[in-house]
Amino acid sequence: MDKKIRVLVAKPGLDGHDRGAKVVARALRDAGFEVIYTGLRQTPEQIAEAALQEDVNVVAMSILSGAHPHLFPKVVNLVREKGMTDVLIIGGGVIPEGDIPALKEAGIAEVFTPGTPTSEVVKFINEHVKA
Amino acid sequence: MIFCCRRPIFHKEGDCVDIAKELLAGNRLALSRAITAIENEYDDAAEIMKKIYPHTGRAYVLGITGPPGAGKSTLTDRLAHEYRKQGKTVGIIAVDPTSPFTGGAILGDRIRMNSLTLDEGVFIRSMGTRGSLGGLSHKTADAVKAMDAFGKDIIIVETVGVGQSEVDIVKAADTTMVVLIPGMGDDIQAIKAGILEIGDLFTINKSDLDGADKLVREINMMLDLDTFMTDWRPPIVKVVASRGDGIEELTEKVRTHREYIEGNGELNKRRTKRARDEMMDILNSRIGNYVKKKIVDTGRLDDLVNKMLNRETDPYTVAEELVGEMLKV
Repeated sequence: MDKKIRVLVAKPGLDGHDRGAKVVARALRDAGFEVIYTGLRQTPEQIAEAALQEDVNVVAMSILSGAHPHLFPKVVNLVREKGMTDVLIIGGGVIPEGDIPALKEAGIAEVFTPGTPTSEVVKFINEHVKA
Repeated sequence: MIFCCRRPIFHKEGDCVDIAKELLAGNRLALSRAITAIENEYDDAAEIMKKIYPHTGRAYVLGITGPPGAGKSTLTDRLAHEYRKQGKTVGIIAVDPTSPFTGGAILGDRIRMNSLTLDEGVFIRSMGTRGSLGGLSHKTADAVKAMDAFGKDIIIVETVGVGQSEVDIVKAADTTMVVLIPGMGDDIQAIKAGILEIGDLFTINKSDLDGADKLVREINMMLDLDTFMTDWRPPIVKVVASRGDGIEELTEKVRTHREYIEGNGELNKRRTKRARDEMMDILNSRIGNYVKKKIVDTGRLDDLVNKMLNRETDPYTVAEELVGEMLKV
């Protein structure tokens, strides 16, 4: 059996900065995951549909624009609506500490802010994706 | 029969979903999970394949191959849009390389296809090569069947960026398109063996760049020298995929090729050969697994190897004995 953890790395919203997302994508690749990178300026609908078509175990989103309180929960809802109740959804980017509890409440499993070593993201995924 | 997949679509306790049935009924998540079962070789993959097999053979499979950066993904995106305009549904399988060192992969072909994501008539799946060297994944053919059974009219298979000798796509596709760009080398490149031998048609992408006409001439010269040429001479189409130039003509040429191979029996020949190869592959892999279970997992192989190292026996004798013992014909 040749099982691989598949991760969708997505940039929802309109900010055009994806260096962080690319660094994370690269780290996940080096951890042995299959990373599907969708590029910039994705709508929540596009992200959820891509997650379905690719049957990913994890959706990892990066936002630097401040639109996370609106966009992150929307992606969670759309992914769940499509029947993917077992997908781990995580977020990262410039996200104020005060916003994190509400995001977790909305179904974001973990939020990784600037300065997080990429190994922590890898570790979190390995611990939380059910084999 | 209801069987349990590892990741059921609906997480209800003890309630498993028949993926094949759901797939055939048009459930997109079922198609997606079926491809995962195929890729990961889950126990239920064979059961899924058995059930969907009768519903395959209807889609037309277009293979797209070419060197890295030739624009295969952009071209795939444009072709899919064109086929949608013609009222056809489209499945896309885009293969990118798996790292031989870590087993990880960045599958980035979707970046060029974002405008297709929300079109319900299109289904895109990215696959890593996972150790396969021919430009495809070992599981590509079964993933194509899943999309076929799902009801896609056209299935586009985009290979990894290939060098010179990754030609597995001809085994998976009905029509094979080789995408080239100007400026990749002189005319001796064009007479080398490998991917230039497999094109049913040639697409010159980025043909607004210098050297496009020269490349057309070189491919023509290569084709002029082809002594195996049937009465199908692969057409050469100049396109600029990023602008959409030449895409309609390209689908026209694919259609012409399809009609040609349907008319002269070549399509049947190709599909017969594919079915034979698939059958042999599955058989070989089953026999391989059986042998592994019998002699590797039991530790018998280690004993035999020790005997060989002591020159008490030799690998040929051992192989003959084992085959005689395991395959009683």
